[in-house]
Amino acid sequence: MTDEERKSNLDEMFGEFAELVLENVTIELDELRLSLQPMIQQVAAQVAKPALSMPTSLIPAKFTPPFGEYTSKIHEVTIGATKNEGGTRSKTLTIGGHKAPAWDLFQAPPKHLPIIAADVFDMKISLAKVVKNHYEEVLEDPAEWAKLCVNKYGADAITLHLISTDRQLKDTSPNEAAKTIEEVLQAVKVPVLIGSAGDPGKDGPVLAKAAEVCEGERTLLCSATVDVYEPIAEAAKKYNQVVLSWTSLDINQQKELNRRLIDWLKPEQIVIDPTTAALGYGLEYAFTIMQRMRLAGLLGDSELQYPISSGTTNAWAAREAWLKDPALGPRELRGPIWESVTALALLLAGNDLFMMMHPAAIKTVHDLIDWMKERKPVKSEDYPDWTSMALPEGV
Amino acid sequence: MAKLAGPMEIYPLLPGTNCKICGEANCMAFAAKMAEHTVKLTDCTPLYEEEKYAKNRAKLEELLRPPVREVVIGTGEKTVAIGGKLVLYRHDLRYTNPTAFFIDIADNLDAEAFEKRVKAIEDWTYVYIGQGLRLDGVALRCVSKDPQTFANAAKKLIGLTDWPIMLCSLDAKLLSAAATAIADKRPLLYAATVDTWSELGKIAAKHDLPIVAYAPNNLSDLASLATTLQAMGVHDIVLDPGTLSRSALGTTVDNFNQLRRAATIADNEQVGYPLLCTPISVWADYKEGDAPELTKWDEVLTAAAMIVRYADIIVLHSLDMWTNLPLTFLRSNLYTDPVKPVSVQPGLIKFGDAGPDSPVMYTTNFALTYFTVESDIKQGNVDAWLLVIDTEGMSVQSAVAGRKLTAEKVAEAIQEYGLGEKVNHRIIISPGMAARISGETEEASGWTVKVGPRDSSGIPKYLQKELWKEE
Ligand code: SF4
Repeated sequence: MTDEERKSNLDEMFGEFAELVLENVTIELDELRLSLQPMIQQVAAQVAKPALSMPTSLIPAKFTPPFGEYTSKIHEVTIGATKNEGGTRSKTLTIGGHKAPAWDLFQAPPKHLPIIAADVFDMKISLAKVVKNHYEEVLEDPAEWAKLCVNKYGADAITLHLISTDRQLKDTSPNEAAKTIEEVLQAVKVPVLIGSAGDPGKDGPVLAKAAEVCEGERTLLCSATVDVYEPIAEAAKKYNQVVLSWTSLDINQQKELNRRLIDWLKPEQIVIDPTTAALGYGLEYAFTIMQRMRLAGLLGDSELQYPISSGTTNAWAAREAWLKDPALGPRELRGPIWESVTALALLLAGNDLFMMMHPAAIKTVHDLIDWMKERKPVKSEDYPDWTSMALPEGV
Repeated sequence: MAKLAGPMEIYPLLPGTNCKICGEANCMAFAAKMAEHTVKLTDCTPLYEEEKYAKNRAKLEELLRPPVREVVIGTGEKTVAIGGKLVLYRHDLRYTNPTAFFIDIADNLDAEAFEKRVKAIEDWTYVYIGQGLRLDGVALRCVSKDPQTFANAAKKLIGLTDWPIMLCSLDAKLLSAAATAIADKRPLLYAATVDTWSELGKIAAKHDLPIVAYAPNNLSDLASLATTLQAMGVHDIVLDPGTLSRSALGTTVDNFNQLRRAATIADNEQVGYPLLCTPISVWADYKEGDAPELTKWDEVLTAAAMIVRYADIIVLHSLDMWTNLPLTFLRSNLYTDPVKPVSVQPGLIKFGDAGPDSPVMYTTNFALTYFTVESDIKQGNVDAWLLVIDTEGMSVQSAVAGRKLTAEKVAEAIQEYGLGEKVNHRIIISPGMAARISGETEEASGWTVKVGPRDSSGIPKYLQKELWKEE
């Protein structure tokens, strides 16, 4: 069959579309039919006449949801332990377990909804003014601080950052730090996660001690890094804790560290954190690494099949979040919206555990999770006609 | 993901003369870049000038057409292109055509308020790492419900601005009136529905205007509308599956996601068009006397979610700095080319007329850190040296924590870039975030370390007051 014949043949069948198709691709007729199939089914019947005759009724179409194929799922990790499980918490928190890309509700809703842990520090630290305002009274009392976060701000968990153990700050000993942990465990009944100071010389012993005093509580030890991981992994193994595997915006490093940790730990003892950079200051790196990790995990990369955590408080590193500058609008709104939008982007990338600070941002992210967790049976009438609404101007 | 054409598919269709007019060494080099979409087909001018290549050119255009078509709104200098997306995930290649921000204006505002709002839209700007962030267009809404008022407002609008315009009404009569009035400005028409497609499709086809197909929460109707409009001869179609926020935000996210996945991964051409989102819809819940900040808050969240989830154009009501700053930042971040290097060259940078007595600071070679510090130093208008240390492209905070910024590295860099020969003093200012390593750095380098401000926005003041010279 020559091109000309083929064309007239197709013209008969599909009218103007044949022209479009033949001009642009050179493939066998059968293949062509096959590749045209979806279009043909809807169009062939309608477009019997060639060229531009106006359709007199809507050309029907059926949208097929674009399902993907995912061979694996993300591990489920449980943090905290109740009395029955050997701990003293009133509830446990489970994250991960996903079978589809983040928030692809049509494929699979999140197996476990993301959670929020509020940051508590074991000594007074410098904070952005609009954050500090909410913690003024408790800055020197971690137990009260934790209570405030849980009772008033609704945090699902607490991360107690033992920054005073830093040799350049107070150089608090692991034993002394353990006392603070016990106080906080007494003060609140939600799961308590333990953060170290980021002092390579102290993090190992401090977190090892934390693992010991939290025996039975199934805490999250934050964090193991490529530099300091052995003592943490060992203690986590001994006392059955979970470890946060923390790397710096490098997916290969993340795989490497996870590979090392798995020598001590079971998969359900690992949570990963690729570092959160603030909105405007590198957020896209964190976003893309999280998205890639989740997809790689679903497609079978066993080194990345872990729930993800974000130090979302890093959002405050952006000066636009805290600068006092009337031209930028009130920082009381700008700050928490900065933390919220940073969280929201990472939520959509697949993050499971948020470590946050501003109460308004914590509430917002809780709301967002609730709003996004399922498809609602909305009807077309539920959509307002925004084109004709009278709106306030200049407010 | 749908497969994008590779160099070996592109190459045989190029002229093959290696004439270098495109600026590449040969046709193969051009094909390689074309596969990455870092050059434009039109750069190969012989393809367009010589008749004998017409057939191949057509084949190439089809081969290279992005799975999400590109739609251009407006005319002249100030057009905005939306869509043209090649991939679902930015890491698959990159996102093209950043989400366009259209701000609404009501057709029944009095002349003064109308002018003021147009100006406010045009003037909204913020300087972010050397680039001016801006909004993109004006969405004129028919609140008056009167065709004459709407058409007049449209005419008034084109007298006030040359920015791209979107005309918004769900009433076909009203929309037609304004569309005909300013058809030569190529406005985007909002919207054709299952009830109005026939009348509006004709207008769009006649004037060759881009038009939005709107079918709330019904993706099959949306595909049907797009297919029908296409069959009517409309070329530029935008899809709106409807925007609901709050408890139905998940539905909105999921609808957009399905449409974009279908176009990019499942090769569903029926929905291979740009997506429009209307965060402005949240204002339907606003009641007079409410604090508008709460509604604005919802508008930001809705817009942010949908900028992440594939919206190519959004319609907003809020014009505040605190609402649109995070949104323009988010857009800027996500539309950054992911292969763009994370780091800049390490080395010693001279600012102004820096000499032997000028202050010396150091920072990391993470591109964002560097550009932020650079712009802050320039703002201070002070002569200074900046030592850029190789931290493998990590920010100060991460680099200190990840041991990529250590006392030894600082000492080595001081040596390597001959700082000792450039200045008479032996004082180096460290970033506030690197305070942890200042003691060790003094030991390793023999220089006195002064800890500078925690955020580089404090640099101008720090240098102007010469705080580094204090004991
Ligand atoms: S302009 Fe076209 S023909 Fe000439 S070298 Fe470039 S790709 Fe080849």
